[in-house]
Amino acid sequence: MQETSINRDETGQTLPLRVIGLAMSVIDLPLRALQRATGLGGMAAFFLLPNMAVFTIFVLVPFVINFIYSMTGGTEIFLDHRVFVGADQYRALASCANYLDVNSCVEDGFWIAVRNTGWFVVMQVALMVVVALTTALVLNREIAGRGFWRAVFFFPVLLSPVVTGLIWRWILQRQGLLNSILYGLFGWEPHNWLTERTPAFIATIGVSIWAHVGFYALILLAGLQAISKEIYEAAEMDGTPPIRVFWRITLPLLAPNLIVVLVLALIRAVQVFDEVYVLTGGGPGTSTMFLIQYIYEKGFASELRNPGLAAAASILMGVVLVFLTLAQMAASKRNNRKEDR
Amino acid sequence: MADILRFLLRRRGGKAWHWTDVVSWIWLIGGLVIMFGPASWLVLSSFKTPAALAEFPPTLLPFVTQQVSVAGYDHPLSLYDVRRPDGTVVVLAEVRRIGLVAQMVDPTNPDAIEKVNIADRKPVQVVQFAASNYTEPFLHFDFFRYLWNSVFVTTMATLITLVINSMAAFALSKYQFRGQTFVLIVVVGTLMVPLGVIMVPLYSIISALGLFNSLWGVILPTVATPTGVFLLRQYMLTIPDELIDAARMDKASEWQIYWRIVLPLAAPALAVLAIFSVVWRWNDFLWPLIVLSKSELYTLQVGLNVYAGQLNVQWHYILAMTVVTMIPVLLVFIFLQRFITRGIATTGFK
Repeated sequence: MQETSINRDETGQTLPLRVIGLAMSVIDLPLRALQRATGLGGMAAFFLLPNMAVFTIFVLVPFVINFIYSMTGGTEIFLDHRVFVGADQYRALASCANYLDVNSCVEDGFWIAVRNTGWFVVMQVALMVVVALTTALVLNREIAGRGFWRAVFFFPVLLSPVVTGLIWRWILQRQGLLNSILYGLFGWEPHNWLTERTPAFIATIGVSIWAHVGFYALILLAGLQAISKEIYEAAEMDGTPPIRVFWRITLPLLAPNLIVVLVLALIRAVQVFDEVYVLTGGGPGTSTMFLIQYIYEKGFASELRNPGLAAAASILMGVVLVFLTLAQMAASKRNNRKEDR
Repeated sequence: MADILRFLLRRRGGKAWHWTDVVSWIWLIGGLVIMFGPASWLVLSSFKTPAALAEFPPTLLPFVTQQVSVAGYDHPLSLYDVRRPDGTVVVLAEVRRIGLVAQMVDPTNPDAIEKVNIADRKPVQVVQFAASNYTEPFLHFDFFRYLWNSVFVTTMATLITLVINSMAAFALSKYQFRGQTFVLIVVVGTLMVPLGVIMVPLYSIISALGLFNSLWGVILPTVATPTGVFLLRQYMLTIPDELIDAARMDKASEWQIYWRIVLPLAAPALAVLAIFSVVWRWNDFLWPLIVLSKSELYTLQVGLNVYAGQLNVQWHYILAMTVVTMIPVLLVFIFLQRFITRGIATTGFK
């Protein structure tokens, strides 16, 4: 059935398919000429061209000129209007009267964002790995309706960050669900969770875990399912208690996947922005302002725009990300070698 | 009921319950509440009238006070169960309220006005879904525009992604040429360059190309996804080269080989990439936020955020539009979950 529909010619095909087919044969005419003129090498270049052109213009060129950008000052957008200032932007980012006090820095906003991001990364990633691992372990058991339960934990992954942010803003607001549950159960007075510093920060961590834990649980679940059942059967026959099975068998065999998850979660956590921005807008004050939001506001949004400074900050963040990505590649390479053996 | 319970709680080999089973089920049920609860609450809330939304503590279902039109009054009046001093309960309609005292009438006898202390009455509530939360944003605000913009961006970006990524993947998997490894390294290397790192210079390039405040400025930077090239290349490597050699013997051009042989055979990988691309582009937020500053160009995500950020947030509209924004992704999830979970499990990409 499948084969015939691919090989069948114009007859019996729907109109759009016939139009596309016709267009493709029209394209084919000049391409045959190109093929005769340049050979297979030319065709390879032709197939690569569109993707690589888009790539070059929208990824590689920005990547390179970002360095130049970070060495210029002023508020102009186009590079030829900007003044060369050397390393001034980096110096501005790094100058503090007292290096132990964030507020004494010239660009205190940057350091506040760095501090917030640092705390966020440490707490969110640690919790994320624990929650994802627990979820994966539970989902790996023989439970009724496993597909359903996997879907339960996975579905927020696909929600847009704006939707996620709004869902939780609605729940955490003063007259929201959380307050009414706490009021109903314990008689607590309603709080403005998102306008108090510590609760708002905790909310950003909780919401981002809620939104992404399914993704990491899925990777870990795949790792768990790759562990051979025989080892577990042997352990069961020996009467090994489950805690011991977890520490001695599951954890060591899952370690490569755990490292991948850890690094991926780190990379994502450093770039936290979307759902948190919708949830708190960086507030109250600057207590949930993270690096990307600082770059975004310095580059585009605030009154005192300074694209050069934003570029410098983005490069510093990029350096951290490159290290993390290299770590990830090393980890997955080791993974693959392990699988080969 | 007991049978269902026994079925759900059964264990393989009829073994007794272990403490790990208890922990597992607590985790699962807790997960069900925490993961599904918030989204369900959003959907339930989206059908409530502004008055019902302002209530604390909130009710589960969208209750509204029942209203009747009473002869002699222009507006419909709200109905209340009133407890008279003699203990009987009657249904009266409120004419107006002054402080703690309400003036009320019997709907069947609209001439006699009674004064009632508001402590002695309870509103008559009925479940009513406020569909106007859904219809009004489309009629009076720009939400239809936003929806259209989002659909346009998502479709165009996905189509272009599929075409140019598959072409590049074809070249990288089925040809031998100098610099192949270099191109591959560049492709994989750009996985390291997230938007956050290049957004400042990218903005200048978009502006220089005249794409600022244009939907194409949102679409183009996203289409050359390294993830897509990588995923398709890995799949195309499994297509046997003999097929292609045979086609060449039959005088098929390279374009025909790509179009008539490799693309149909790579359909499963293309499907996965298409699903991913639709979800990515539909959910994109930061880049459209930067590129689009005119409200008629907003995508749903940006428009929703702007409306939700206004000082007097009209939650009844926001909630309804959030549900609308959620629907396509939910449909993708319900029907295509298998592909997505398999795609993530095998590639580790999201």
